[in-house]
Amino acid sequence: MEDKRKRNLILNGLLVGAFALFLFWAQVNLDGYKIQIMNLIAVNIILALSLNLIYGFAGMFSLGHAGFMAIGAYTCALLIMPPLQKQALFILEPAMWPFSVMHAPFLVAVILAGLMAALAGILIGLPVLRLGGDYLGIATLGFAEIIRVLANNLPRMTNGALGFKGIPDYANIWWNYGWCFITLVIVVRLVNSNYGNALKAIRDDEVAARAMGINTFRYRLTAFAIGSFFAGVGGALLGSLLTTIDPKMFLFLLTFNVLMIVVAGGLGSITGTIIAGVIITVLLEWLRIVENPITIGEFYIPGIPGMRMVVFSLALLFIILFRRQGIMGRKEITWDTVFALFRKRGVEK
Amino acid sequence: MSMAMFIQHLFNALTLGSLYALIAIGYTMVYGILRLINFAHGEIFMLGAYFVFWGVTLLHLPWFLAVIVAIAVTSLTGVLVDRVAYRPLRDAPRISALISSIGVSFFLQNLAIVVFSAIPREVQRPGWLVDIIVVGKVRILPLTLVVPVLSFLLMLGLLFIVYKTKPGLGMRAISKDIETSRLMGVPVNRIIALTFGIGSALAAASGIMWALRYPQLQPVMGVIPGFKAFIAAVFGGIGSIQGAVLGGLILGIMEIMIVAFLPTLAGYRDAFAFVLLIIILLVKPTGLLGEKLEDKV
Amino acid sequence: MTSREIVLETKDVTMRFGGLTAVHKFSIQVQKGRIVGLIGPNGAGKTTCFNMITGFYEPTEGSIHFMGEDITGWPPHKICKAGIARTFQNIRLFAGGTVLQNVMVGAHLRQKTTWWHAMLSLPSFFKEEKEIREKSYELLDAVGLAHLASEEAQGLPYGAQRRLEIARALATEPRFLLLDEPAAGMNPHETQELMDFIKQIKEKFDLTILLIEHDMKVVMGICEHIWVLDYGVTIAEGDPEKIQGDPKVIEAYLGEEYLQNA
Repeated sequence: MEDKRKRNLILNGLLVGAFALFLFWAQVNLDGYKIQIMNLIAVNIILALSLNLIYGFAGMFSLGHAGFMAIGAYTCALLIMPPLQKQALFILEPAMWPFSVMHAPFLVAVILAGLMAALAGILIGLPVLRLGGDYLGIATLGFAEIIRVLANNLPRMTNGALGFKGIPDYANIWWNYGWCFITLVIVVRLVNSNYGNALKAIRDDEVAARAMGINTFRYRLTAFAIGSFFAGVGGALLGSLLTTIDPKMFLFLLTFNVLMIVVAGGLGSITGTIIAGVIITVLLEWLRIVENPITIGEFYIPGIPGMRMVVFSLALLFIILFRRQGIMGRKEITWDTVFALFRKRGVEK
Repeated sequence: MSMAMFIQHLFNALTLGSLYALIAIGYTMVYGILRLINFAHGEIFMLGAYFVFWGVTLLHLPWFLAVIVAIAVTSLTGVLVDRVAYRPLRDAPRISALISSIGVSFFLQNLAIVVFSAIPREVQRPGWLVDIIVVGKVRILPLTLVVPVLSFLLMLGLLFIVYKTKPGLGMRAISKDIETSRLMGVPVNRIIALTFGIGSALAAASGIMWALRYPQLQPVMGVIPGFKAFIAAVFGGIGSIQGAVLGGLILGIMEIMIVAFLPTLAGYRDAFAFVLLIIILLVKPTGLLGEKLEDKV
Repeated sequence: MTSREIVLETKDVTMRFGGLTAVHKFSIQVQKGRIVGLIGPNGAGKTTCFNMITGFYEPTEGSIHFMGEDITGWPPHKICKAGIARTFQNIRLFAGGTVLQNVMVGAHLRQKTTWWHAMLSLPSFFKEEKEIREKSYELLDAVGLAHLASEEAQGLPYGAQRRLEIARALATEPRFLLLDEPAAGMNPHETQELMDFIKQIKEKFDLTILLIEHDMKVVMGICEHIWVLDYGVTIAEGDPEKIQGDPKVIEAYLGEEYLQNA
């Protein structure tokens, strides 16, 4: 038992080290477009892990991710843009104090972005987490829409429909993968701890969980707030990565993309989320091709707008209809399963 | 505000309210039977509007015929959606069907973008619907008379089907207890298909009238009305047809009146319904006319 | 008998659902260290009594006292923390977890480290997590399931699931244990084992036990005191001999017995 833990720790360390080397290599050798895709993968994994914590492990069907992301993105952007830049940016109406003057380093800004999202998670969770299943989904969706309408209508805070442009692009691969790593470690720790067992127990049978002395509401609320925190972090990174945000960006579609990753990877599987996060981010980028016009020699093929989402939503339908458990179900890829696989191969030879 | 203005607002409110009500009926019937929030219902509404536009401009059908054909085709689309995307998931956890419906919603929306393009299209309206009638000081758009009356007739027809016909009896039986109904020989899948057909037909009717009232077609036009109508259904008491109608009317009236009386809040127009939703869910989740759904310990 | 400490006392507890009175003026006193029983025909309101004692229902009237403290209207988790644990008639295990995880969830209640300890990977967290794991193994050992610790709880045979549910309840470190039909679905041999098992855990964990049971052999075999409910009303109470001879009890059960013998 102890030996295995030590072995896993060493192997995980090696894996992280190897991945860091890969990032070094990528930074030097890959073009900007590929780097951008790698960045998006990291952010999407953060977002999907946080939704998987809320929905896959704690069983709360939330459709509010876009709202938490918006809160995170706006908070972070307001903090990392220098006051002078904000002065030039707010052309509808001047920015309100303290938004006009506040300024913080990127790390602090991202943490505060997460905290603001977590606070919003608690505020909305207090009333709606008592609702079960689909009603919770629709209520959290309502919350996200309200956030979007607010972003449109509070020009002194959000610059209204224009949003922000020229947000400092601090979110490079190191920041993104750093946060991705932190999210991963924390979520893994949580779900593998006895606290995680309690969360899963609430998901599986709330009545029995209460009989076991678990204050189910408080546990739900905590898990929801932690999930919201990382959704806020993901939103903050995304804002800095894209350098521009506006209310239109935080439509339900954004939540849908994250939900798609979680469902495709498997509800309650962390390795599944990571795999699906990579595949779906790449797929989404790759599908942009069908929307852009292509000229091959003499031939001009016009782009088909909307085709990307047609393919994408069909993919979701296929998964939910034919492989509901996603890629991994609730299973995980661990060192044990990896070794078992090698051993089997060895025997076959 | 003058009386005349108020009456004009009232007609606008009734029009919007009855359009919401027609969509809300589809949500409430499906939820009553399958406990499914059919996210794709707003897209069905949108398709109804587009089909008429196609009938008139491409097939050169007369308006009247185009409307009938569009409603029929939309209704079949609704049945097809159920058959393909929901029926295989009847025994799956409820959220699976909900996710499936979200998938269908995005699929139809983007298919519409592919086929019709995302560019909004102007709707040519027959003159008699838009030539303002002046009664004293009150100026009324004929449409705002026609829409509530037509909607009312459609709802009467629906109530007739639900309460006076055999399939209607089947619907009511299934919404009480789907398993027992199956055992009692109610053709459950056929009745559910019929429910989707009727709900979609009403949504199509609403979509068509919506396109006349707000003369523009857009692939995303169903999203916001869809959400609001769902909220209306929850407000009225999900599962109850009368509740959906009442909820739709109240929501429409509230929306128009709040914007009319408090114009500074106009920007928040799309948020009212969601705030209302959260309040209802907290205060009275069963809505105005809803029956309490079974609660398990 | 009179000198013993009272663990649980209910005073005129009544539960009404709408117009239906499920339980009427239910009053019992349970003394420390005893195994007592609650019997009655189907639908007599036994499980409703359990649900009131464990906080899942709030009684319409009356009060419930545990170790001298009024716990009426407390939420289930607080009651469990106070020292009352239960099992369910229709076994409610956590289907997604292993046998060990099920017991660990029971032990979670007494765990001091929590989510932020886990998040920060504090040494105190790992230490306590290890202790809980060991404690849960011990409990599984005590109920004879240690060899199945990493199996999925769902896949266990019926009798093992019942014992796992008891182990999970024991993990909450209760002083008072409620067992809802522990012998349901067991063959005579298993039933005999169960009776020994219940006596054994009572001694080992210093428990007081209240059980609902249909199997008269179990009830008469291990209960020192019995209450009989019929249509929510307590129609008799006393030791097994007294209950067996009580004409009212025989009458209440007659219909059922008839059907069983016919």
